[in-house]
This record gives sequence, C-alpha cells and structure tokens, in this order.
Amino acid sequence: MTFDALSGVLLIPALSAGLLAALPGYRLTARLNVLAAFLSFATAVSLFVVEPTSGPYLLVDDLNKVFIVLTTFVGFTTAVFSANYIGHEIEIGRLTPTYVRFYHAMYQVLMFAMNLALVANNIGLMWVAIELATLTTVLMVGIYRTHEALEAAWKYFILGSVGIALALFGTILIYMAAKPVIGEGVSAMVWTVLVMHAAKFDPALLNVAFVFLLLGYGTKVGLAPLHAWLPDAHAEGPTPISAVLSGLLLNVALYALLRFKMLLALNPAAIAPGPLMVTMGLISCVFAAFMLYKRRDIKRMFAYSSIEHMGIIVFAFGMGGPLANFAGLLHMTMHSLTKSAIFFAVGHIAQVKGTQKIADMGGLTVTHPVLGWGLVLGVVAIAGLPPLGIFMSEFLVVSSTFAREPWLVLILVFGILVGLGGMFLRLNGIVFGEPVGPSAKAEASYVPMFAHLAIVAMAGVYLPPALVTGFQNVARLLG
Amino acid sequence: MRGITFDVAHMLAGSLVLVSFMQLYQDRLYALLNIFALHALILAASVAWQAFIQDAPHLYLTAMIALVFKAIVIPVALHRIIVKLGIHREIETAVGVGPAMLLGMGLVALSMVVMLRVTAEADPLAREDLAFALSVVLLGLLMMVTRRNAVSQVIGFMSLENGLVLAATGAKGMPLVVEISVAFSVLIAFIVIGIFLFRIRERFDTVDLQALDRFRGERR
Repeated sequence: MTFDALSGVLLIPALSAGLLAALPGYRLTARLNVLAAFLSFATAVSLFVVEPTSGPYLLVDDLNKVFIVLTTFVGFTTAVFSANYIGHEIEIGRLTPTYVRFYHAMYQVLMFAMNLALVANNIGLMWVAIELATLTTVLMVGIYRTHEALEAAWKYFILGSVGIALALFGTILIYMAAKPVIGEGVSAMVWTVLVMHAAKFDPALLNVAFVFLLLGYGTKVGLAPLHAWLPDAHAEGPTPISAVLSGLLLNVALYALLRFKMLLALNPAAIAPGPLMVTMGLISCVFAAFMLYKRRDIKRMFAYSSIEHMGIIVFAFGMGGPLANFAGLLHMTMHSLTKSAIFFAVGHIAQVKGTQKIADMGGLTVTHPVLGWGLVLGVVAIAGLPPLGIFMSEFLVVSSTFAREPWLVLILVFGILVGLGGMFLRLNGIVFGEPVGPSAKAEASYVPMFAHLAIVAMAGVYLPPALVTGFQNVARLLG
Repeated sequence: MRGITFDVAHMLAGSLVLVSFMQLYQDRLYALLNIFALHALILAASVAWQAFIQDAPHLYLTAMIALVFKAIVIPVALHRIIVKLGIHREIETAVGVGPAMLLGMGLVALSMVVMLRVTAEADPLAREDLAFALSVVLLGLLMMVTRRNAVSQVIGFMSLENGLVLAATGAKGMPLVVEISVAFSVLIAFIVIGIFLFRIRERFDTVDLQALDRFRGERR
C-alpha cells in the first residue's frame, strides 16, 4: 500500500499509540500526543487537496471528509487541553505515571479507531472500528478507579456491548440482503458496491436490519431510551475524554447510522428510516431538556445537554432533504466545537474547585474571570442564543422543517426552550453570586477553549462560501 | 439440499436455544459456568458443521476458537476467579425463574415470527439459523437484565455473542474478516472484563452490581 493521506490518518495514530506506550515521562509523551494529533489533523486537511482513490476497504467521499476533519481537529485541540489537564492530575496524585502512559497510548488508539470507522468502506470493518473505540473509552472512563468511575465504566461497557451486538446482527442482516444480488464474499459488504445495488435488495430484510442498526448504533449515539450509560461515562472519566466522547464519538456512531440511512433510502420498497429517527430524536431532545433541571454534577449536566443536541441533530437528519440535512450537519459541527470547549472549561473549573458538585461552586466570574466568562460564553452558545453558531444551526433546523411538519417542530422548539431554561438556572449558581468553596489558582491553557468558541462565534455571523458549498454537497449526498 | 445436512444444522442450532433456556434457571455460579461451556461446545459443533456443508474451511478456525477459547479457557478462568475472589456462589435474580422462562418463550416466539417472515425468500438453512440466532441473542439479553451478579451478566453477554457467531456463520460466504473479528472482540471483551473484575475486587467486597449501585453520581 502506498502512503497517502488516507493511510496517513490511520497510520499516524496507530504508530504513535505504540510509541507512546513505550516512552516514559509525562512531559515528553504529552507533547508527542499533541504532535501526533496535529499531524493527523494536517493529513486530514490534505484530503481536500489531493483525494486518494478509494479501495475495497477504505473510502473517501464528501461525507466522511467532513467528519474526518472535524474529528482530527477536535482531537488535536483536546490533546492540547489534555496535556495541561493531565499535568495537574499528576501533581495532585490522581493519576500515576504508569496510568498516564497508558492514557496517552489509549488516546491515540481511540483516534485510530474513530478514523478507521469513518474511512471504512466495509460494513464489517466499520463495526470492528466502532467496537474498538467503545472498548478504548471504557478503559479510559474507568482510569481513576474510584467507585463511581468503575460503576460508570461497567455500565458503559455492558450497555455499549449490547448496542454493539445488536449493530452486528443488523450488519449480518444487511449482508444477507445483499448476498442474493451481489453474490457471496467480501464485495457484499462494501459500501460502494452496496449502494449501487441497494434498489434490488429484499426490502423486508433491510427493514429489520435497520431496526437493529438504529437500536445498536443509536445506543452509541445516546438516543433517549438507550442513553443510560452516557451521563455516567461523561461524569466519571477524565475531562478530555468527556470532551472527545461528546464531541466526536457520538458523531462517529451517528455517521454509521447515516450511511445505513442512505442505503435504505435507495430502496423504494423499504420503510422510510426518517420517521423512526425523527421520533427518537424528539424523545431524546425533550427528555434530556427536562433532565437538565435536576442535575447536581456539572459534567453530568453537560452530558445531558449532549443527549439533547444529538436528539436535535438526529431529528434534522431524520426529516431529510437538502436543507434539513445541511442544518443537521452544521448543528453537528457547531455542537462538537461548543461542547468540547465547554468541557475544556469544566475540566479546569473542576480542578480549581476540587469538586464537580454544582452546589460547591459559585462566583467563578469573581475568582476566575477568564474561566468563568469562558463558561458563560460556552453556555450561551450551547443554549442557542443569537448571534452564535448554534443559534444559526438551530434556526435552520426549525425553519427548514417547519413548513413540512409544524407540530413536530413545535415539540422540538419546546424541548430547546426547556433546555435553555435549565442551563441558565444551573449556570447562574456556578458563575455568579458569592464565591463558594476552595479556589486554587488556575493553571489553564485557554487557547483550545477560546479557539473553538471563536470559530462558533464566527460561524454565527459568517460562513465561508467554500464551507457552504461543501456542506451543500454532503447534504445532497445524504438525500 | 434438504436432507440430513439441514436436519443436523437445525438440531444443533435448536440445541443452542435450548441450552440458552437452561442458563436462565441456574441458581449457582458453577453450574452456570458448566452450562455456558456446554453452550460454547454446541456452538463449536454447529460452526464446524456449517464449515463442512458450506465447504468453507476457514469456518473450522472459528469453530476451534469457540471450542478452545469459549468452552475451555473462559469457563476455567472464570472458575478460578470465583474461587480466588471468594465471590458469592448463589445467583441473585431480579426476576424469578418462572417469569424469566415465560419471557424467554415470548422472545423466542417473537424472533421466529419476525425472522421467518422477513426471510421468506432466503435459503431455508440460513433462514432457520438466523431465527435461532436471534433467539439466542435475545435470551442472552434477557439473562443480562434479569441477573444482578457481574459474573452472570458477563456469561449472558458471552452467550449473546455465541448467537451472533451462529448468525454470522449461517450467512453463507460471509467474509473471514468478520468471523475473526467477532472471536477477537470476545477476547478483548474478556480481557476488559477480567481487569474490571479485579479492579472491582480491589475496591469493593463484592462483585454484586447492587453494591455498585450505591455509588451513583447524583447523591449528595
């Protein structure tokens, strides 16, 4: 295999994972981690310049390019944040050097698994990659080895594996549906081949397969009845991992779902996948919005907010059509950037306060103005207030679907507004008022957080035309 | 060809469902482990038979993995873990044996109805296999939700994976990549579980998940 950008996004993380596992010393490995993440990002960007040819196992098209660049970018900024965060964790003795070495290696394995899932041209390979990503994050969530972390990791492991198992069953059914048309062997699992012949597949088999895939990968997306692992996993793991989980891993599972949706849409006799996704999206959005009110743990609160936003995104993609798909894509990008920025802030806040309990925080804008106002800005963005990027994407979701299904959109808007209330109620207690509790000096790296927020703020006012055309192409591709 | 080859495959897949039911009413961990070993043994036989009738030699490898790894290594290892950690040997159930069996029957009926109806045009062997496989998967799920001990949940998960292997081998000509990955992921999954069990043991006095539940994140 010749070395091109496609193998680059896989080889760089894979090789650096091995290297990081072997090297001692936190300072060196943290920097190497950042470097590897940056190289992956640069390689991913080069995909836009020179498009490598797709083979039977790997594939590049307009859809996954967007996902890869987003994944590697957030992976890179999170690595920068993580270098700082982990340094503090070593100082206070929450992590030992051995665990840090393990953590860095796992970080790159996770990046490898996510990139592999995105570029896989084979539904089996994609499944393996998502399973690998799940197992890696299970280990990372449990890394603190407290009661809570172990419980969260266990819960995540059990629910994640059940989801993954259902997804595999769905994958096998897709193969069964493809086999009579394409013939036995590897080609009946290749995306590009499947898409060409999808119209001739047995619709009944496709329907059942999609139900399994929706439940299976939907568990990983964190859709409402299957979301139980998500808040625990976000709250108990190291904060960089929460950022990567919310910002990236949920997207990767969503990407898998979108691919299968495209497949089903090509077969006129199969059920329309849209209504199923719309229903699950709405349930997730409204349910999570109400759950925001009773949260006492800051990371759990933002985990529920992720469920809410994944609901909105799945709703948009479920409605379909070029406009709604465009809105969904934009919202996904904005959510990834904003939510990871929030987790960067939350990570430092939890470190200076020594706790994640909302009740023990307060007056952050007085004691730590940069962190406090950074969080305020992040929450303003995530709640969807104008003029930031999420406002624009939510507005697009609503306006592009209102003419088609006004009642459904009303439910969605209700969910968004309820969520907004919950967010600000809690935010008020965290950043304003009298300072509460201990407050160590912050040794934070603010660059990743404000870089993300700046992009989000800019997107609210101005989207570069190249980006718009790119997203429009993808939206058309999604059907 | 419907003759003897079909009957044997049918019998083996059916026995797998039967053994899944047997797992549901075990109330001792050791007995459950033995039944799981039997489950894996039947799976190995079933996969080997598929390899024979499909003339697909690579499936023998999958059968070997099922035999050596799932029927021997894992039960022995779990047995030793139970002894070493002094885990309670009674299985606590969330749902009684009677209701669990009734639920199980309902699930089997459901998977028969669903799978046989949608695969009406597929070849009969793959069809029956798929219906049985879905039953095994659902019974594995049922076991995971009705048991409280970590070890029995793990066994439920592994029998669920057995159902997936049955489905994957029943789908004729499914590429080798997938079978290896299935087996391999079980391996990884098991390592993870092993680490977890040990970690849990370091911090808790029990591997009972109810004890874990006390430490939910939201308590003040």
